[in-house]
Amino acid sequence: MILTKVQYDEIAQCLVSVPPTRQSLRKLKQRFPSQSQATLLSIFSQEYQKHIKRTHAKHHTSEAIESYYQRYLNGVGRNGAAPVLLELANEVDYAPSLMARIILERFLQEHEETPPSKSVINSMLRDPSQIPDGVLANQVYQCIVNDCCYGPLVDCIKHAIGHEHEVLLRDMLLEKNLSFLDEDQLRAKGYDKTPDFILQVPVAVEGHIIHWIESKASFGDECSHHAYLHDQFWSYWNRIRSRLSVFGDKVGPFEGKY
Amino acid sequence: MAAVLESLLREEVSVAAAVRWIARSAQSSEDDPGEVAALSSLRPLRKEFVPFLLNFLREQSSRVLPQGPPTPAKAPGSSAALPGRPGGPPRGGRGARSQLFPPTESSSAAAAEAPSARGGRRRGPGPGRERGGRGPGGLEEGVGGESQPWAGGRRPRGSGSPGSPSLARCDPPNLSNLEEFPPVGSVPPGPAGTKPSRRINPTPVSEERSLSKPKTCFTSPPINCVPSSQPSVLDTSPWGHGLPPGCRSLQEEREMLRKERSKQLQQSPTPTCPTSESGSPLPSRTGNLTAEPADPARVSSRQRLELIALIYSSCIAENLVPNLFLELFFVLQLLTARRMVTTKDSDLEPTPGAPDSLESPLFQSVHDCVFFAVQVLEHQFQVLSYLDKGTLKLLAENERLLCFSPALQGRLRAAYEGSVAKVSLAMPPSAQAVSFQPETDNRANFSSDRAFHTFKKQRDVFFEVLREWEDRHEEPGWDFEKGLGSRIRAMMGQLSAACSHSHFVRLFQKQLLQMCQSPGGPGGTVLGEAPDVLSMLGADKLGRLRRLQERLVAPQSSGGPCPPPTFPGCQGFFRDFILSASSFQFNQHLMDSLSLKIRELNSLALPQPEPSDEDGESDVDWQGERRQFAMVLLSLRLLAKFLGFVAFLPYRGPEPPPTRELQDSILALRSQVPPALDVRALLQQGLRARRAVLTVPWLVEFLSLADHIVPLLDYYRSVFTVLLHLHRSLVLSKESEGEMCFLNKLLLLAVLGWLFQIPTVPEDLFFLEEGQLDALEVDTVASDHGLDGMPVVDQHLLYTCCPYIGELRKLLASWVSGSSGRSGGFVRKITPTTTTTGLGAQPPRATQGLQAQLAQAFFHNQPPSLRRTVEFVAERIGSNCVKHIKATLVADLVRQAESLLQEQLLTQGQDGGDPAQLLEILCSQLCPHGAQALTRGREFCQKKSPGAIRALLPEETPAAVLSSAENIAVGLATEKACAWLSANITALIRREVKAAVSRTLRAQGPEAAARGERRGCSRACEHHAPLPSHLISEIKDVLSLAVGPRDPEEGVSPDHLEQLLGQLGQTLQCRQFLCPPAEQHLAKCSVDLASLLVADHIPVLGPPAPRGLERGQARRLLHVLLSLWKDDFQVPVPLQLLLSPRNVGLLADTRPREWDLLLFLLRELVEKGLMGRTEIEACLGSLRDAQWPKDFSEELATLFHLFLAEPHMPEPQLRACELVQTNRGTVVAQS
Repeated sequence: MILTKVQYDEIAQCLVSVPPTRQSLRKLKQRFPSQSQATLLSIFSQEYQKHIKRTHAKHHTSEAIESYYQRYLNGVGRNGAAPVLLELANEVDYAPSLMARIILERFLQEHEETPPSKSVINSMLRDPSQIPDGVLANQVYQCIVNDCCYGPLVDCIKHAIGHEHEVLLRDMLLEKNLSFLDEDQLRAKGYDKTPDFILQVPVAVEGHIIHWIESKASFGDECSHHAYLHDQFWSYWNRIRSRLSVFGDKVGPFEGKY
Repeated sequence: MAAVLESLLREEVSVAAAVRWIARSAQSSEDDPGEVAALSSLRPLRKEFVPFLLNFLREQSSRVLPQGPPTPAKAPGSSAALPGRPGGPPRGGRGARSQLFPPTESSSAAAAEAPSARGGRRRGPGPGRERGGRGPGGLEEGVGGESQPWAGGRRPRGSGSPGSPSLARCDPPNLSNLEEFPPVGSVPPGPAGTKPSRRINPTPVSEERSLSKPKTCFTSPPINCVPSSQPSVLDTSPWGHGLPPGCRSLQEEREMLRKERSKQLQQSPTPTCPTSESGSPLPSRTGNLTAEPADPARVSSRQRLELIALIYSSCIAENLVPNLFLELFFVLQLLTARRMVTTKDSDLEPTPGAPDSLESPLFQSVHDCVFFAVQVLEHQFQVLSYLDKGTLKLLAENERLLCFSPALQGRLRAAYEGSVAKVSLAMPPSAQAVSFQPETDNRANFSSDRAFHTFKKQRDVFFEVLREWEDRHEEPGWDFEKGLGSRIRAMMGQLSAACSHSHFVRLFQKQLLQMCQSPGGPGGTVLGEAPDVLSMLGADKLGRLRRLQERLVAPQSSGGPCPPPTFPGCQGFFRDFILSASSFQFNQHLMDSLSLKIRELNSLALPQPEPSDEDGESDVDWQGERRQFAMVLLSLRLLAKFLGFVAFLPYRGPEPPPTRELQDSILALRSQVPPALDVRALLQQGLRARRAVLTVPWLVEFLSLADHIVPLLDYYRSVFTVLLHLHRSLVLSKESEGEMCFLNKLLLLAVLGWLFQIPTVPEDLFFLEEGQLDALEVDTVASDHGLDGMPVVDQHLLYTCCPYIGELRKLLASWVSGSSGRSGGFVRKITPTTTTTGLGAQPPRATQGLQAQLAQAFFHNQPPSLRRTVEFVAERIGSNCVKHIKATLVADLVRQAESLLQEQLLTQGQDGGDPAQLLEILCSQLCPHGAQALTRGREFCQKKSPGAIRALLPEETPAAVLSSAENIAVGLATEKACAWLSANITALIRREVKAAVSRTLRAQGPEAAARGERRGCSRACEHHAPLPSHLISEIKDVLSLAVGPRDPEEGVSPDHLEQLLGQLGQTLQCRQFLCPPAEQHLAKCSVDLASLLVADHIPVLGPPAPRGLERGQARRLLHVLLSLWKDDFQVPVPLQLLLSPRNVGLLADTRPREWDLLLFLLRELVEKGLMGRTEIEACLGSLRDAQWPKDFSEELATLFHLFLAEPHMPEPQLRACELVQTNRGTVVAQS
């Protein structure tokens, strides 16, 4: 399914400073009933990531961290069961998972002798049961399950989508009897950068010659399209040295093509 | 100009800023404002800086380089400049060196602005750039060369010139100066001093200076000026001094030198040169002055030299100098300077106190020269490292270099050892006649029988003429015109019909290509030239060679670094043929034909192999592509040279037009003649398509034969402008994607540099055009990857196209020969040992040669397509053979390696030892098997080639021809494959085994062990299960609802939950889309879900208000989860999380607390074998450590007891349910 740029922009318009929660997504769905939840979530995620990239720095100043931490401590001091951390994140317009990370890091700094390593923090975010403080564990867990744009669960969903699309693509190629080399085979042949598939015999789709296919499970908006072009596509182009064509148009969710 | 140099020396201006200033007219933002101010006043002089600098260096070095190979100027045409000329320093030759570029008019402005730096500046008389082939004109600067026109002569020390305080300083004696304080019987320190016997005392020739007395010091006579014995009239004469006085003085000088030497020998009882080898009594090219050892400790004004070396190097690096290799040659001359021309008591007194002034000579001793040269070489290392192996060897062996910069020597040595750029001087193959070309030479292509027969006869005459030339042209006294002229003209006279002309021209052109551009060899460029003995012999032989050389009548033909265009070898025949024929029709047809062929070859699509393809096998193909490129390039150069020759022939004259008016009228006339070939368009096309590396070299050949007027014509001037722009843009140090390859650039720089030195190219062109460059932007941005970015040029091609680069090697070699008597240097020649198992019994070399000749002869009489077919088949089969060996033999060996490794790991335990060591063991076992590759490769080629040949040749090919073609193809393919295999098979096996070892070791790692065996989905599965991503997302939604916060109307329906778990089951069974991380998260989410169920935290939708799930529903869901955990998950499920404080803590919030579900769950876990009792007990135990409300702790303790009270034996499910029922009652009661 191809989404026009106008439609995309319209959706993106509704996403300006909306917290990345279940509720927001529900409202979005009501507003655009014709779009699938996956599409909306994908656009939401993309737009929200852009927003976070812009504002990320201001939440990481030592003053900001200190003030968040104090607010958190005051909040849980009043009522440990209340969604203190989640509300704090929504209030300052920051992703709940990322806020959880800030507070957790700050908390560990206070309670451990050595500053916490990144892997320890990641592991605690994946499994909040490991957090020594029960109240904080609950708060962090709440943030993570409520965040629909960041956090270990969202990462896992994204990864899973990527994997699924690759499998789908492979099945379709097999079904169409197109001979291809997949990433593992390419790597074994010594390619340093590999697209998902290289067709051993090129095909024409809608008038474009396709030599290779890279499935991008996320939404292909203009910005990310350019970023991918920069990071990946040109390097394939330099290596495979043939006309490139990406499954999915400049604007259009990837899975729509299936 | 001197002002600029001075301000640099005074460190008012940084080198970087100065180079920016020279390179660009616009100031860049990085410039320091002070520097900008210092330089902006000198803006008008910007263009002149580089020529000034070059002339300055040449002048400064004139005392050091009086003999030896000639000046790095265009060409040593005049006899005085010939290198082999024995005797003392030829004055004229020296003069020729010093003024590379004559001072231009505007430099008077500089004089006005920098009065302190210059005294009376001597104008260069006339258009005085020294050039080869200009006869006496080459001497015009003769005497002036000795002086320093920029410095205003040597001012009297302490005369107190107010403008230059440095001069007024009273200098302390310089104890380290060799001239002033010569070592008394001591061995000079430093590595160079290890051969003290080489040092001889300087030969003072006082009268010598009289000739070269500074002519510029009209205002104040130099203090050290020896009274002149020569009339000063010479100095003011417009031509310096004429040839006769020059020759006379030469004779006199030589005589004086000899006298002086014998006098000295008599005086000193101990001869300074004990070794007879170097002590040749006769003056010779190199041996008349033994090299003075250079010592880094004796370098005077180091800082100044460093600075100037840096500026100079920067100018070279930015391509501000016209000819890169000319500068390198000059630097090597400095490096190998034998000794200073001594002046009696030195007007060269060192001025150590004023190192930052230009007043004192730059090179005060050989030490200075060598120091400077080594400094520059250090900056130019990159270029050096791309020179051929022989040059690198000579450089690395140069003991002066070692002594002055061991680091550079080390790098050079490393470069030498890593270099594969062996440039051999292949002997040209014997010329063959063009065979009859059935497709063009048949009767149908001629207008009449008569024309056909005439052509037949002409063909015979042509080859007869050619054979006679081959036999006789080297005989002394034989003259082309006398011997063949009339016959040629008679033959041309018979060519009446236009069509006959075109036939003959085709034959002529084919023969030209065949003879002068032979595949693989350097072709016409060295054809007929005496092989370069200096380069061919090792250093150890050079001593003996030197003596032999002295007896030779003619000195070795050495064109210097910038020879004028010539027609060596067979090319001479074709040139003379054209001249003798002097037929207008023939010339016109020839031009047409050459233009057509040039266009055709220039646009030939050269295949571009994938550079990223895995190293090994593509090498095989790549060689072929490179050879093809070289063939095309060399053909183009040859054709373009002849096109240029014929096209400009009517206008050629020895001299440019004498007057401006005459020149203008000629210009007006010529500007309306269309060019023979639209080279400008072709050049622009070439640049746009990034094929400059193909187009420019032939264009340079074409332009090199232009007459004097051509560069002034608008059309060609624009061509030159583009070329100049290109030259400047080829900065060697710039390396990025899309840039030209290094050797491609080097080739272009070499040919362009050579072009700029051609006599017919105006000397000011290079520097004057500069201003217009900025305006002219060539659009080189092309989407496609052109030839420029491909490594198509190798050293062999570079040296073939630019044989003058070899002059660098000759120069270095002659240095070695001069300091003979030493061993062959550090690099020992190792005789290659041929393995008998290698390519098997090889026929003796002579037989091989004969075989090759037979094959050539065979092809000669067959249609060209046969040869192409055979070569193609050999090429492909050879390449396939390598691939085949890799897929079979090497793959087998890798499998063996893997099984060997497995054994090793089994016997030695998991770690198996050091991987590197393992690899060594495996390789030592397996690499010997690589020898089979050759036998197998031969078999492969033998088996495959004949079939391919049969399939590709016409059915009607005679059997004998077919079998010959097959045999040749087999031979060529085998040769190709075996050459590659024998060189690379061991490395290939090693690499593959290494990859296999690391793969196996990785697979053995702990991570892999945990992965275990994984089941796929059942065969009947149609993969319709929900996608894992969708499930995780759904479960996450439920979790977030349960954890809150939530709106009042939000909730989950029990059916939805049931459905979700059902989907989870399907997904886990299908597995098509499941990846381990997704499964792990699903497992963890399911545990979280279970905890929420147990704690009754799931809000259920439906009227009336949201409430908890019914117990029965919850229990049913838990059952589903339990069976999923037991049967469907293939990753470990983190069940212990069920008892983590956080999840158990969920219960604490509920009122009334319901423990029965938890107890039920625990029992089921034990019963299904999902968790052990002890494990659960441990979890429960640790739970008690956490801080809970008091009542909660008590309830927890009760649960613990209840669980412990259970019988240890697994019980039937029914029974358990009942138990739970009763227990539930108790728990509720207690709460």
